[in-house]
Amino acid sequence: MFTATMAALLAAMILALARLYMGPTLYDRVLAANAFGTKTVLMIGVMGFLTERPDFLDISLLYALLNFIGTIAVLKFFRYRTLGDRVEPGEEGQ
Amino acid sequence: MSVESFIDITLLVFLGLTAFAILKLRALFAVVMLSSVFSLLSAGLLVHLDAVDVAFTEAAVGAGISTVLMLATLALTSRREKAPTRTQALPLIVVFLTGMALVYGTLDMPRFGDASAPVHNHVAPKYINDTASEIGMPNIVTAVLASYRGFDTLGEVTVIFTAGIGVLLLLGAYIREPTGLRVQTMDHHLVLRVVTKVLIGPILLFALYVQFHGDYGPGGGFQAGVIFAAAFIIYALVFGLENARKAVPGSAVRMLVACGVLLYGGVGVVSFAFGQNYLNYSVLGASQVAGQHLGILLVEFGVGLTVSAVMVSTFYAFAGQNPPISDEDW
Amino acid sequence: MSAMIIDAFSWALLMAGSLLMVVGALGLIRMPDFYTRMHAAGITDTLGADLILLGLMVQAGFSLVTVKLLLIGAFLFFTSPTSTHAIANAALTAGLKPQVGGADAEDGAAEKEDE
Repeated sequence: MFTATMAALLAAMILALARLYMGPTLYDRVLAANAFGTKTVLMIGVMGFLTERPDFLDISLLYALLNFIGTIAVLKFFRYRTLGDRVEPGEEGQ
Repeated sequence: MSVESFIDITLLVFLGLTAFAILKLRALFAVVMLSSVFSLLSAGLLVHLDAVDVAFTEAAVGAGISTVLMLATLALTSRREKAPTRTQALPLIVVFLTGMALVYGTLDMPRFGDASAPVHNHVAPKYINDTASEIGMPNIVTAVLASYRGFDTLGEVTVIFTAGIGVLLLLGAYIREPTGLRVQTMDHHLVLRVVTKVLIGPILLFALYVQFHGDYGPGGGFQAGVIFAAAFIIYALVFGLENARKAVPGSAVRMLVACGVLLYGGVGVVSFAFGQNYLNYSVLGASQVAGQHLGILLVEFGVGLTVSAVMVSTFYAFAGQNPPISDEDW
Repeated sequence: MSAMIIDAFSWALLMAGSLLMVVGALGLIRMPDFYTRMHAAGITDTLGADLILLGLMVQAGFSLVTVKLLLIGAFLFFTSPTSTHAIANAALTAGLKPQVGGADAEDGAAEKEDE
């Protein structure tokens, strides 16, 4: 049962990776990286069950959080071209 | 072929493909995304090899924080890598020969997983057998890291400290105190702001859990420091660097960078005060096991402090710079 | 007997979740336009992930493992749709136009394209 889930997850990861390599626009790549991260979270969880060591769930929890932070950083980078602040006295809430 | 080897081979093939793609692509942003995928795959591989603490750190640092910092750097440089002007034949030959020499050097080493290797006969059994009685901690990795090899970890945390100082020396001019100017934050992204507010609390709690649960499960100071820093970084990303600097000023972060290493070194000096060797934790408590527990707690906390402060100050330094390239050229 | 029911239940949940994951990833590859791909990937990711986690929870019974899985499920439940929303928002404000009707040329924002 876990093996079948693991196989499905690996297949889904290959497909997400393919989109990451192919994606014509940058947003395709961001989407693919985000999906890949979610699938890795699940893969590590299922791996923990496969090897009878549920300690791995801490790593899944960690990466679920970091995936979100990474996606937000990427999107802020695209929208505002910087990760810091942009002080524009005349142009607020662009 | 067993399930384990199949998973191993699949992950390694993915790693190879990703590495190849990183080399071939010239769009730097795609390279940053791919390198975070690379770190994530490495973390998966390490989980599969049963090295949980290392996988934890790799996922946190390589796939999480490094991506954010590389993005901050990417904002300051151009969008595509320049094509190489000269032929790459000579470097390729040099690298190939060096690689072959290294592979030749490993032919003498014991095979992967060989049961008769010295590490499995002398080093590992000693730690596995003695940890329970001498330190009394279920997580042997933390026991080895913080107590048996405490000097190495002191060196590691000093390396992180030095790297942080290096970054601050080069870029520290950009860590200004809040200027009070109105800055352009993500004001109209309501969903993002609400979800971030909801998440920052649990992230900090999780960081505390990882820090202090490192004795019993995967975790410890390095991972917890990174998670702490991640919470502040996402606050800075969504609510503005200015507000983040009001919450955690640059001067406070700089002080914390030093305090962590000071705590670690200080524990060793306290051992001196009791007439023992440096970093001998056994004297810190009523019994040897109690002393070891207290010592490991303190040094891991010192490591967590330094790591989180270095990550936050590095982010402040990188993100606080203005891009020298105008938007049209980018 | 109850072990068999638990097994059957978690089988069902895990298979449903895996199916959704694979279908979503397939949609990521096959869909013609960025927004349709996002629709495929974003929706199925969240539901598929939560179903798989539910299946693992049923398998684990009442223990700390279930609590951790619950936490992961809650985080994914909050952050996955938010990430999808943020990506779509960023793409739309950057000028990436959805492909409407007919087999036109692909995504519109030429300045965001590379390779």
